[in-house]
Parts: sequence; C-alpha cells; structure tokens
Amino acid sequence: MSEFIYLYRGGGRPESPEDGERVMQAWMTWLQDLAAKGHMKDRGQPLEGEGRVVRGSNGSISDGPFAEAKDLVGGYSVIEAADLDQAAQLARGCPIFERGGVVEVRPVMKM
Amino acid sequence: MQPEERLFRSEWGRLVTALTRIFGLDNLAIAEDVVQDVFCRAVEVWKLRGVPENPSAWLMTSARNRAIDLLRRERKARSLVPELRRQFESEWTLVPTVAQFFTSGVMEDDQLRMMFSCCDPALAAQTQVGLILNLLCGFSVAEIANAFLTKYKAMEKRIARGKAALADSKTLFDFDDEELPVRLDAVHRAVYLLFNEGYHSSSAPAAVRMELCREAMRLGRLISGNAQLATAQTYALCALMWLSAARVPGRMDAAGELLAFADQDRTLWDRQLIAEGTAFLERSAFGPEASTYHWEAAIACLHARTPDWRDTDWGKLVWLYDQLLQVNSSPVVALNRAIAVGYRDGPRLGIEAIEAIPHGGRLERYPFLPAALGEFELAAGRPQAARSHFERALSLARTPLEQRFLERRVLAAAERSAQSEIVDGVVGANERAG
Repeated sequence: MSEFIYLYRGGGRPESPEDGERVMQAWMTWLQDLAAKGHMKDRGQPLEGEGRVVRGSNGSISDGPFAEAKDLVGGYSVIEAADLDQAAQLARGCPIFERGGVVEVRPVMKM
Repeated sequence: MQPEERLFRSEWGRLVTALTRIFGLDNLAIAEDVVQDVFCRAVEVWKLRGVPENPSAWLMTSARNRAIDLLRRERKARSLVPELRRQFESEWTLVPTVAQFFTSGVMEDDQLRMMFSCCDPALAAQTQVGLILNLLCGFSVAEIANAFLTKYKAMEKRIARGKAALADSKTLFDFDDEELPVRLDAVHRAVYLLFNEGYHSSSAPAAVRMELCREAMRLGRLISGNAQLATAQTYALCALMWLSAARVPGRMDAAGELLAFADQDRTLWDRQLIAEGTAFLERSAFGPEASTYHWEAAIACLHARTPDWRDTDWGKLVWLYDQLLQVNSSPVVALNRAIAVGYRDGPRLGIEAIEAIPHGGRLERYPFLPAALGEFELAAGRPQAARSHFERALSLARTPLEQRFLERRVLAAAERSAQSEIVDGVVGANERAG
C-alpha cells in the first residue's frame, strides 16, 4: 500500500440548509465507505478560503486568495491505495463532482 | 455520528431570528448572510471531520461569535437596532447582550415574533407562507417555488417584496401590540396553508410534502407552547394537523401507489400522533365558537379513532360535515359531505347528494368528484356507468400517482362490467333454455 493525498478543489457553496445537509451526508457516506474498505489513512482537514502568500527572497507577503474560487483547495485527506490508478479510481465517487469541483490525487513521495 | 434528521432546517430559523433580533428587521440580509456562512462552514468541517456531539450548540456558538465580530466592526459605521445600540457600544455589555438572545426561552419567543412579523396583513397569504418557509424553515426560494408549483422568478419577487415590507417595521412584532388577535388568525391560516400544501398537494414530490407537514407541525407546537397564544383555535389547529399526519403512513401501498380510503391499512397509522392529536382536540374545547379547525379536527379524529373503515359512524360524519359547512363552505367539503351521505344512506342517495352540489369552481376539474360518482355507481351495480365516470376522472388526473390510481379504478369497473355481461348472458341463456 502507498499513500496518496486527495486535494479537494472548488465545489461551490450549498444553496439551502437542506442542500447543505445533502452535501454533508454524501461526503460522510463516501468517506465512511473508503474507511470501511481500509483506504482511509487520515480524514484530513478543511481549509479556510483566506490566507497569505509569501514569496521571493525578500519575503514579500500578500493576501490570498491565490486562485479563482473554483480552483481553491478547500481541504485534503490522506488515502492508502495499491497504486496511483487505484487511488484515482477511488476518488471517482467523491461528491465534489456534483458541484463542479475536482479532486487532485497526488502520491506521497516514498523514501 | 449521523446528523440529526432535519437539523439544519430547524436551526436555520432559530439562528436567523436570533440574529434579526440583534441586527433589526431592516438588516435581515445581514442576519441571513451570517447564518448562510455559519452553515457553509459547518458543512465544510463536518463533512471531513464528522458531526460534533452537539451540532446545535456548535452552530449557535459559531453564529454568536460571528455576530459579536460583526458588531465590533460595525459599531461606528452603522446604526443597528436603536434600543440596543448602547449595549453594543460598550465591550462590557456587548458579549452578554448578544449571548442573551441565544438562550432557549428567548429564541422560542423570538421565532414566534418573527412568525407574527411575517403575517403582516398588508401581505398576501401566499407571501406570508413563503416568508415563513424562507426565514423560519430554511427553505431556499427554489425549494418554495417547487413546493408551490410557482415559477422561480415569481416566487423570488414575492419573497423580496415580503422582506421589503418586513424591513419597514425594523423590530420583530411585539405581543403587547393590540393587533395580536388579528395577527394570530393570520398565523393560524399560514400554518394551516403550509400543512395543507403538504398534506393535499397533488403536485409536489412526496418527500417535499412530508417536509411541509413537519414544518407546519413544528410551528404549531411552538405556538401552542406559548401561554398567550395557546387559544382554543391554536389547539384545534394542532389537533387537525396531528390527527391528519397520523394517517399518512397508510395512504400508499408497499409499491408506493395511492390507496383508496377504504383499502388503507389502519394498523399503520401513527398511534402516538393520534394520542397527541386527541389531547390537543380535548384542550381545544373551550371558548365561544368552534372554528373550521375544530370541525376539521373532529372529522380527522373520527377517522383516526375508527380501527375499521366499515365501522365508520357515517351519521356522525355527515353531521360534522354539516357543521363544518357552516363555517367553511368550500366545494370540496360539500363533496366530502355528499360522499358520507352515500355511505350512510346508500349509493343512490350518495349520487343524488353529489349531483346536488352547486357546480362550477374548483370542483369542475377535480378528479375525485367523478371518481366518487364512479364508486357509488359501482356499489349500485352499474359498472358501465361507473367506468365512464372513472374515465372522466382519469382525464382530470393531476399527477402520475393519481393517474395510475384512476387507471386501476377504470380497469376494476371494466372487469366488473365484463363479469356482469357473462352473468347476464348465462341468465339469458338459461331463460331461453327454460
């Protein structure tokens, strides 16, 4: 088994409380399913939309957001899978796609 | 842990109302933005980390903290609710003042006051209901438009107009206002409309309909829990809702198809709701006059407490419908009365009673009028007449569910008619042979 990071990008806001509940339910079901199949290493954390960007040798600091809302990373999880293909396959059930978001799947570098 | 069912919906109204109390009705949009934001954050966090032990408290704390942040920032820029401005200006009083609006008794009262604000007599009844659904029940404009089969744009306009009217009054309705009795009538009507939309609507999807009923009942419970508002009519309205909702589980068969009233499995009815509804009805029996809610509740109670359809006390039912007609002369009530007459006095008199109902209006295109005629013709042994009534009913069906139900009735009449032809044929042959 190798480790992979799922970066959740975009996905929009719920339109109503009912809608929010649906979104949440769908995510929890999907994540529970991954956990039940032994692929969940760490459920990860959600990230704030705001932040700072530090760059250059002079250490200039600017305010986020860093990209358009649709590209913003809203959270991450750590997954275990046999290989990149399987990790990508497992991401296909993610509810983020219903809201136009994407999952970026990145292998954790092995030492 | 799974989130409590409908948690977000009911919390929405509590939080919007508490924040409106703080920011004033003319800043409703701020309150809604804050709550929207709190909910979005909850979804983001909970979907990954799971729902906390006490989600309701989590949401409330989050809303309270955001309100305090906002007030600190806006202290100078904006004149918020005038009578609270002084408390908000000092850091000493800001936090406890805000916190007090998030305590349980205060939140319930404020929701009621919000409900009364929404039932402004200057607004159409539909607008009042739309506002209640939006502000107190957390329905989006799209969801309300869907529930009422209205175009999104029209509903959006209506709600915006309603909110503009609310903004004029700045603060939530005060129960000391002399307008209280008038508004209470309007609140009853709005809750009744909300419930009926869920209970009888022919259009909205079943899940939405149940949701409307549940929300109406939640608001009903809230009203009946306030000593000043718990009038005989309030109890009667609650009784009506509880005793009707109790019978929802029997309305469809295992395949999700509509069942005729006589064919419903009454063991599926919700006994607890029946008991609570009956208790409401008993408490409603005071005061000078019986309202439409009283008689409708009494009718619902008669059905709910009759374990077998065949044991229905039709005489009493006709009498109750007669009383109801005195206060509510709706043509559908008249039709239901005529049907009860038919079961009391036999199908022929039932048909006569239905035909005696003044024509026109809503009944003209109401599929269950010809359907009732069909049932009585069938009972009277005239399957061919029954069939043509059912076919007429079928042509008026408003939903696929009604359509399939009426198709089955057409088929039943056709089968019966074929059987009677065989019997006629056999009898005829025997007569000729004899």
